[in-house]
Amino acid sequence: MSLDVIIFVISAIVAVFGATMMIAQRNAVASVLYLILSLVAQAVLYIQLNALFLAALLIIIYTGAILVLFLFVIMLLNLRGSEELVDKSSSLGRVTKYLVSFLLVLELVFVVRSSFFPSSVGGGVMTSVKSTGFGSVEGVATLLFTRYLYPFELTSILLLAAIVGAVVMAKRERNATAPAPREDNVTEEVKR
Amino acid sequence: MIPISAYLIVAAVLFGIGTVGVLISRNMIVVFMCVELMLNAANLALIAFSRALNIMDGHVFVFLALAVAAAEAAVGLAIVLAVYRNRETVNIDRFDMMKW
Amino acid sequence: MADYLYLIPLFPLIGFLINGLLLGKLSRSMVNLVACASVAASFVVSLLLFFDLKSLPPDSRVIEQVLFTWIPSGTLHVNFGFLLDPLSAVMILVVTGVGFLIHVYSTGYMKHDPGFGRYFAYLNLFTFSMLTLVLANNYLLMFVGWEGVGLCSYLLIGFWFEKKSASDAGKKAFIVNRIGDFGFLIGMFLIFWHVGSLDFRVVMEQAPIVFIAGSGLVTAICLLLFVGATGKSAQIPLYVWLPDAMEGPTPVSALIHAATMVTAGVYMIARTNILYMMAPDALMVVAIIGAATALFAATIGLAQNDIKRVLAYSTVSQLGYMFLACGVASFTAGIFHLMTHAFFKALLFLGAGSVIHAMSEQQDMRYMGGLKKYLPITYITFLLATLAISGIPGFSGFFSKDEILWKSFSSANGHPILWAIGFVTAGLTAFYMFRLVYMTFHGKERMDDETRKHIHESPYSMTVPLMVLGVLSVIGGWIGIPHIFGATNYFEHWLEPVMAAGKHFAPVHTAAAESGGASTEWMLMILTVVFVLAAIFIAYLFYNKRTELATAWRQRLTGVHNLLLNKYYVDEIYGAIIVRPVINLSLFLWKVVDVVFIDGFINGFATMYDGSSEFMSKMQTGRVRSYATLFVIGVVILIAYMVME
Repeated sequence: MSLDVIIFVISAIVAVFGATMMIAQRNAVASVLYLILSLVAQAVLYIQLNALFLAALLIIIYTGAILVLFLFVIMLLNLRGSEELVDKSSSLGRVTKYLVSFLLVLELVFVVRSSFFPSSVGGGVMTSVKSTGFGSVEGVATLLFTRYLYPFELTSILLLAAIVGAVVMAKRERNATAPAPREDNVTEEVKR
Repeated sequence: MIPISAYLIVAAVLFGIGTVGVLISRNMIVVFMCVELMLNAANLALIAFSRALNIMDGHVFVFLALAVAAAEAAVGLAIVLAVYRNRETVNIDRFDMMKW
Repeated sequence: MADYLYLIPLFPLIGFLINGLLLGKLSRSMVNLVACASVAASFVVSLLLFFDLKSLPPDSRVIEQVLFTWIPSGTLHVNFGFLLDPLSAVMILVVTGVGFLIHVYSTGYMKHDPGFGRYFAYLNLFTFSMLTLVLANNYLLMFVGWEGVGLCSYLLIGFWFEKKSASDAGKKAFIVNRIGDFGFLIGMFLIFWHVGSLDFRVVMEQAPIVFIAGSGLVTAICLLLFVGATGKSAQIPLYVWLPDAMEGPTPVSALIHAATMVTAGVYMIARTNILYMMAPDALMVVAIIGAATALFAATIGLAQNDIKRVLAYSTVSQLGYMFLACGVASFTAGIFHLMTHAFFKALLFLGAGSVIHAMSEQQDMRYMGGLKKYLPITYITFLLATLAISGIPGFSGFFSKDEILWKSFSSANGHPILWAIGFVTAGLTAFYMFRLVYMTFHGKERMDDETRKHIHESPYSMTVPLMVLGVLSVIGGWIGIPHIFGATNYFEHWLEPVMAAGKHFAPVHTAAAESGGASTEWMLMILTVVFVLAAIFIAYLFYNKRTELATAWRQRLTGVHNLLLNKYYVDEIYGAIIVRPVINLSLFLWKVVDVVFIDGFINGFATMYDGSSEFMSKMQTGRVRSYATLFVIGVVILIAYMVME
């Protein structure tokens, strides 16, 4: 076995293990940490696929920004793995959910294994990379600022909208003394 | 050399685990994280395809997907905050008054 | 002057709008003023136009005023226009003249009724509709008036709608009229189909070109129009509504159900005379139906005890005479009788109204008697009208009825049997009318004391119209004195232009028969008069001199009497063979088809959707995770499907 294969197997196992542990944890903080583990392993896979820049981005954005944000929120809400958050749906329901997800994976694997894709993509051995710049910052940037300029610019608008949205959503309502009538309806609804 | 299908299968498995997490977890934040995981599984598949076809456009898609994920996380967590402030819980099963 | 033609129907319409829109806002005297003044104005304009028309040479006595194009639709082009010719001139004079008198009478008669505003609004609407009917220059506009008078008739019969019998009678009149209208409409469609126009003048001009005389088509058109006439003018088999129409206020009976509306059928046939002249078979049917109705209704009238019902059957009978006249191609005689009948029958009804008014709403003649000394004016005018309808020489009814009888004998379309039926009917008419007079005004006073105390002569607003109509009943016939008296028959000359076109189709031997028949005519006339006098004498004997004789005869002929008293059970027969099956069919359609099938179908669908949505809403738990599960199941199935492909 070559080194490549060993690295692939290890990182694949770690990625799957991290993901599994993430959903198995009752404590949200532990889940976040396991997700980070999984993502780091995935970053290794990215590197194997010559996507150096994206591997870096994945770690920076996900582990550095998004998951920190998650952690931050969890800490802020002071959530603990409470009894309430354990799935109490019937065993039949839970089996159905596992089964459905399993079927989904099976189907996806089947699609991958079948001759669904052109042979150059399918199970065939990967050709060597065309240029030395494949996956580099320069390569990605060239595409971003040429062919994908408009989508890239639009992304900035999306981010702006997200910032505004997040601010509005998270803002505490000023008029706390006079609760909005909608809230009354909500409690009524809950009682019912 | 490792065949591309190996990466795709890893992506599929990760996606499946993410699905299971979304379906069985009651914690809104965990559900959210599982969605992120599914997103990344898709990213992995994109990178693998990109490598197999020797075209870098897939990298751009992943780049954009990361930007979208960041925006989504910001808004999503803001919603979680707002909801928690109203209902004092993140149990996703408690938010069922939108039925009928 | 001719430009003012449209004013004639306009005035009553304005009166209707004022009284109708300001219902309950106007004082009683104001309502009376508006109602009477509008009709009076119409009458004045009618008179002016009549003299206008008279000043024209006979051949050009036609005034047509087209106001606007009503329906410009492809080949169907209908104008909204009025046509004044000698025929419609007679009609508008009768309608506005008699109508005005009855309006005046109504102000007295309806004095104590709280619904006076509504009453006068309807009455004005009726006058408007009737004038539209007779002035229309095409069939479609005539039909509008035709329906309008039907509507007013319905409204006024059911005027006291709190009474179930009144509202039932209104509905009956409306439904029976609808049957006739159906025939009228089909006839109208056929005319349009073949002539391409509904304009009277175009139809009259085109008819000899388009239709073949005596063909099945023109006979069918005439018969269909006649079906309409039987509905409106209460002929067999559609006469049943008219006696029931007496539920309405008495002046309404006088105006609508005696003088004007019911004569619309006669007018329509006279207006269409050229088509009828081209269809001898249809004419024969008209004559037979007319004669049969005359006799049939007269026999029923013999046994009725309700004063207004006797008059109602009398009206049906007299209308039968008019159709008999039309049926023997003597449209002039029909219209002449229409006019004189309008005078004396309106008078009879108004007189009966006066009696009923005096008798505290008692209508049964068995509880009257001896009213002569309480109601002198009513009695004298009533007697004049009775003499007129009986056909005593010198009175208006004599001339018109005699002409009809003579024409039914002598005309090429006539037949001695038709004359015989008319002859017998004349005797019966005299008998039942004098029976009515004797039972009401002569003999023992059979009312109770309470009623007797309240008997009073009617106010002037009611008696003055009676007197005017009394005069008209006497002299109204003098304009149409037959040739054999050596006088000029002005009426016939007046209507000649309208009938001229049809004359072309009349069989040729008439002239010879008429010239050689002067002595026959004298003989028949004297025969009739003697027969009528005999009938009056019998009535005198039975109901005044020796009333026990009447009782004895009644007992001897119990079966016949019951048959007549129950109007030959026609209502019951109609009920059994038409109304009952229709009701049963309706019940079937309602209970089975509608409730079970249609409702069941629709409700079944509703229940199905209700049930399935009940089930679906169970799936809709509101929980995101179950939705997600379903979503994933869907994805799995979709991918499986795509992979299978």
